[in-house]
Amino acid sequence: MSVQLLHSLVLVLAALALFAAFAVLGQARLLAAIHAFAWQGALVAAVTLTVAVAESAPELYFSAVLTFSLKALLIPWMLHRLVRRLGLSRHLDRPQHPMLATVFAVGMVMFAYWLVLPLVQSSLAFTRNIVAISLAVVLIGLLTLVVRRQAVAQVLGFMAMENGLFLAAVSATHGMPLVVELGVAFDVLIAAVLFGVFFFQLRESIDSLDVDRLDRLNEAREDQP
Amino acid sequence: MGGDAVNAADTVLAVAQALLWPLAAPLLVGWVRKAKAMLQNRRGASVLQPARNLGKLFAKETRVAHTASPLFRVTPYIVFTATWLAAAAVPLLSTHLYTAALADVIVVAGLLGLARFFLALAGMDVGTAFGGMGASREMMVSGMAEPALLMAVFTLAMSAHSTNLSSVVDHQLTGGTLLPSMLFALGSLILVAVAETGRIPIDNPTTHLELTMIHEAMVLEYSGRHLALLEWAAQIRLLLYGTLIANVFFPWGIATTAHPAAWGIALAALAGKLLVLGAALAVGETVLAKKRLFQAPAFLSLAFLFALIGLISHVILEQGL
Repeated sequence: MSVQLLHSLVLVLAALALFAAFAVLGQARLLAAIHAFAWQGALVAAVTLTVAVAESAPELYFSAVLTFSLKALLIPWMLHRLVRRLGLSRHLDRPQHPMLATVFAVGMVMFAYWLVLPLVQSSLAFTRNIVAISLAVVLIGLLTLVVRRQAVAQVLGFMAMENGLFLAAVSATHGMPLVVELGVAFDVLIAAVLFGVFFFQLRESIDSLDVDRLDRLNEAREDQP
Repeated sequence: MGGDAVNAADTVLAVAQALLWPLAAPLLVGWVRKAKAMLQNRRGASVLQPARNLGKLFAKETRVAHTASPLFRVTPYIVFTATWLAAAAVPLLSTHLYTAALADVIVVAGLLGLARFFLALAGMDVGTAFGGMGASREMMVSGMAEPALLMAVFTLAMSAHSTNLSSVVDHQLTGGTLLPSMLFALGSLILVAVAETGRIPIDNPTTHLELTMIHEAMVLEYSGRHLALLEWAAQIRLLLYGTLIANVFFPWGIATTAHPAAWGIALAALAGKLLVLGAALAVGETVLAKKRLFQAPAFLSLAFLFALIGLISHVILEQGL
């Protein structure tokens, strides 16, 4: 494949990853949001793979495989199983103002672009333009944490942030050192396990995964004489 | 003298291209219906059936409600002319006609908006409940589809540095790499085309069920040649969006010279592309169910989001390429 084609393929994949971040933010069905997250993981892995081929950087093959198996297969599967065991497969969690959240997310993308502009002008790597996209994915993940009320969806936002950070590492410096990458990957995996335990604890104590109920419980306690 | 001869040949070609629109439009609709029937294990009517229907309607007597104003009578002519004019501005077979200077995409959107405006007025004119309901629904759908359409068009225009469709097509022919902005603009334009031509997730073109119809509700009071003109205009609009998608995003085969062989290739290529697009539309209409009217905003905001991401990714990702 020609280098030109590989370069434009990276751009397309990165743009699709950005769209997946929007899907995680706006998708009301939990299972569909998990699928969007899985697609995002697969797209980030594909970006890594394409950069590895284009720059002939063999160490990136390993991170591509790691990302794909963790972010696109294992963690979505774990979340999927959790959602089914919690009986939430048909649960709808609409953000309060979906359009407003989307518009805000578009604003985030522009902010990320403005922030990264000096960096882009000084960099020579062909992936320099993706740095803004990856920062935008991080910010949209953060926004998902803020806007969503459902604990599973918030975890998705958190994991999407990690995807964005990984994309930034790949596009800005062609990957982190392998030790760091492995450490982060297993941290995320442990986090996914812990979140599972946390979901069950949360449901036992407040009988729901709607995080907004947490402060309502406080008020109820204050109201008691 | 030589210049005059070229101009005469150009004029003939321009007129031929403009005349091809109304002739080809019923065939495309016929093909979509045929493909849909085959997917449903039916034999389906002939591809020529929509054209025969138009002929039948032209032969029938035209009745007008006695509460109708003159606006009701002139609307079919305005709608048909505006739609045809909009279509004639889109490069169908060739980009190098001198009418190409008119082929501005904002003009096309404006002419289609004009046609829709009069159609909605005529829907309300007679004073029946269905007409008004259809008009308000049409306005709701188009009010959200048009920003998405314009946003997708701006994405194209930023790549080609022109809103002229012929320049856009030429740019696509020369600069053929895979670009994320084009991908998203294509997605957005497909969703907008489905909404604007009244196809299935938004409107069902074959139903007269009062709770769901949009376009059919507006033309419910029309009969005879008025109805024929309005249906013909709707068919031309479908062909317009199909050609827009086919020629802007997959421009291979379009004639760039006035040579007869180039025109033959262009005609064959266009027919092939439209056959594929029509079959895709039929498959889409078979696997999808019509959405509730109140889910239309979600559908169209997805189109808008596609266009917006296309625009953003053009600005962010494609600089310096």
